Amino acid sequence: MSRFTRRDTLKIGVGAGALAGAGMLGYRPALAEVMAADVPAPKLTIEKGAELRVLRPAKFVQGDETQFLANAEKFTKDTGVKVRVDNESWEDLRPKTAVAANIGSGPDIVLAWNDDPQQYPDKLVDLTEVAEYLGKKYGGWYPIAERYGKGADGKWISMPIGSSGGALVHRKSWINEAGFETVPKDTANFLKLAQNLKKNGHPMGFALGNAQGDGNTWTHWLIWSHGGAMVDENNKVIIDSPETVAALEYGKQLVDQFIPGTMSWLDPSNNKAFLAGEISLTSNGISVYYAAKNSPDPAIKAMAADIFHAPFPIGPVGKPTEAGLLVNTMVFKHTKYPNAAKEFVRFIFEKEQYEPWQKASIGYWSHPLAAYSGNPIWTEDPKHAAYAEVMKNMLWYGYRGGLGYASAATLADFIINNMVAQVCSGRATPKEAAAEAQKRAERYYRT
Amino acid sequence: MVNHPIAGSRAGTVPAQGKRVARPKDSWIVRTFDNPAVLSFLFMLPAATLLLVFLTYPLGLGIWLGFTDTRIGRPGVFIGLDNYVSLFQDSMFWLAVTNTVLYTVIATIGKFTLGLWLALLLNNHLPAKALIRSIILVPWIVPTVLSALAFWWIYDSQFSIISWALVELGLIDHYIDFLGTPNNARASLIAANIWRGIPFVAICLLAGLQTISPSLYEAAALDGASAWQRFRHVTLPMLMPILAVVMTFSILFTFTDFQLIYAITRGGPAGTTHLMATLAFQRAIPGGQLGEGAAIAVAMIPFLLFATLFSYFALARRKWQQGGSDD
Repeated sequence: MSRFTRRDTLKIGVGAGALAGAGMLGYRPALAEVMAADVPAPKLTIEKGAELRVLRPAKFVQGDETQFLANAEKFTKDTGVKVRVDNESWEDLRPKTAVAANIGSGPDIVLAWNDDPQQYPDKLVDLTEVAEYLGKKYGGWYPIAERYGKGADGKWISMPIGSSGGALVHRKSWINEAGFETVPKDTANFLKLAQNLKKNGHPMGFALGNAQGDGNTWTHWLIWSHGGAMVDENNKVIIDSPETVAALEYGKQLVDQFIPGTMSWLDPSNNKAFLAGEISLTSNGISVYYAAKNSPDPAIKAMAADIFHAPFPIGPVGKPTEAGLLVNTMVFKHTKYPNAAKEFVRFIFEKEQYEPWQKASIGYWSHPLAAYSGNPIWTEDPKHAAYAEVMKNMLWYGYRGGLGYASAATLADFIINNMVAQVCSGRATPKEAAAEAQKRAERYYRT
Repeated sequence: MVNHPIAGSRAGTVPAQGKRVARPKDSWIVRTFDNPAVLSFLFMLPAATLLLVFLTYPLGLGIWLGFTDTRIGRPGVFIGLDNYVSLFQDSMFWLAVTNTVLYTVIATIGKFTLGLWLALLLNNHLPAKALIRSIILVPWIVPTVLSALAFWWIYDSQFSIISWALVELGLIDHYIDFLGTPNNARASLIAANIWRGIPFVAICLLAGLQTISPSLYEAAALDGASAWQRFRHVTLPMLMPILAVVMTFSILFTFTDFQLIYAITRGGPAGTTHLMATLAFQRAIPGGQLGEGAAIAVAMIPFLLFATLFSYFALARRKWQQGGSDD
């Protein structure tokens, strides 16, 4: 049974006070320290001679990789289990994982994208015991984590380790020049901001190429914010709807204000353009700010003071509809050392490892366990706060339906992304693009 | 004295000085290895094994998967032509087919025009000939993905060196959106493919040019043939056999290109630069539909067969090679 100590209770009070500043910025206050309940860890006997291979996405911020590797080394030191970590480029992570799943060989543990584990639940080790332990210890899993982590039978087939949210990274001085104090909270004013920014020669720009993170994040927000969705609650494809058409019409107007060239942008493109001073606002994780803050170039470092983050505006649906790029930890059944693998997964989620990992990546990966809201990283710089509760607020890819093979495949095929790009490039009308997306999605959802 | 068996005799005895002398009987191993049929089978076995394991089996598996609904991590069942019927109605598939044909035709024409021109230039006496010929090969030697990354920067919508140079020269006033519109993106990819493929064509054709006897040119010159006539009636026919082979390979490489597209556009913008190979990969691996991806890959086979047959049976026609025209 989980229980909080008196010391923990005190920490809550101190943390709440310390975070009042962040609350004033419009974000939900976090706690100043991670509280862990006293819960016994599952008893897993590590197999003799165990070795592990871990596959994970390559870094977008250096600290992420450095600290992950340090944690893996610490695990080896503590347990004697050798761990080899392979960092795979974002685009190649999914194919490699898929091949490993299909042939039953390769990495033991994969930090995979979004709902990829739902494509092959039968190939994965049941992580329920570890997940339940971590949930009890760290204040519970956010509902989105449970949605992404649990298979159809309610067992945990994977454990989301974090999500990179796509907040609106912007240059405050240029937003002010465009006549706005902050980034507007509604889509109508957001369009006005885009128009003014373009007039001032500081356009915004979001990725519209087949960009795994940035492209999917903002195009899904666009559709959801206007009430569109790929499927309904019964997984019936409903993307060809008036709401989607309205979203695409709005999207076209918005993209017309972008810097030229966004149709070909992949994940790194907006980071480069922002740091080069070419754009004033984009949808991105905290990596742009991280790069500016840690840049050896004084000009770019100075830019950091002018960089701020804001949530996406709320569209006609009247509620936030943000998406996030989620990383999901899973253990393949083909591993020879399931206990060692589970122990490693538990280890990296524990406070001693998770907290410094989040800190090193200045919150690039937002947490799935409530207690990590107390990580001081969210309060030591108010600009981090926009990313603190990404996993609490985000919707899931495949919204409003269930996760599974079809939702993962639909996302991997960039159907929503391509639909938006087709309209915004003038290749198709909103109605045509929505109808084509409907057909493409139905191919995945047909069985 | 040792009696050696006469070659070709399998009797075990040989006539010697009018008497039949018994010869020690060969062991079964010797007899087996003496059998030409067995020996040729054994010699072919390593190559046949390699072909079976790495060519026939994957090809057979691919064809079979195309008739199933296999997904990543889940075995499929036979669904007949469903994948093909579905692809037939899929606009993205047809776009990929069109792109692939367009890409192959234009890039091949570009590579052969420029490659032949380069080969003719290199066939002249030049100072530091060997060095120049080695340098020419660089685009071919550099790993595709590296040159693709270089092109990715060259075509960048904000940082393109081409755009920068043209703006600095005052020839344009805004950066070119190389990869942001479908036609620009297709043209950019074709240009990158041509750049990469020219050395292969040029060096192969250069090898062909060097086999042409100078006496033929001398005879043509004596007959008063112009430079164009010498090229048309001597060089080109003599090059035809090697041209046919090189073109076959070039078409195969171009038609099945994957890396350039994957590294530069990933099939974007909005899927308009997908080739059949990239779409097959996209659907099969990231999309998880192994059956459908295999069907797209299998759909490439008729095109490849046609291209190969055209190169072999059309370009390699003796009449053409001898400078004659078609009947």
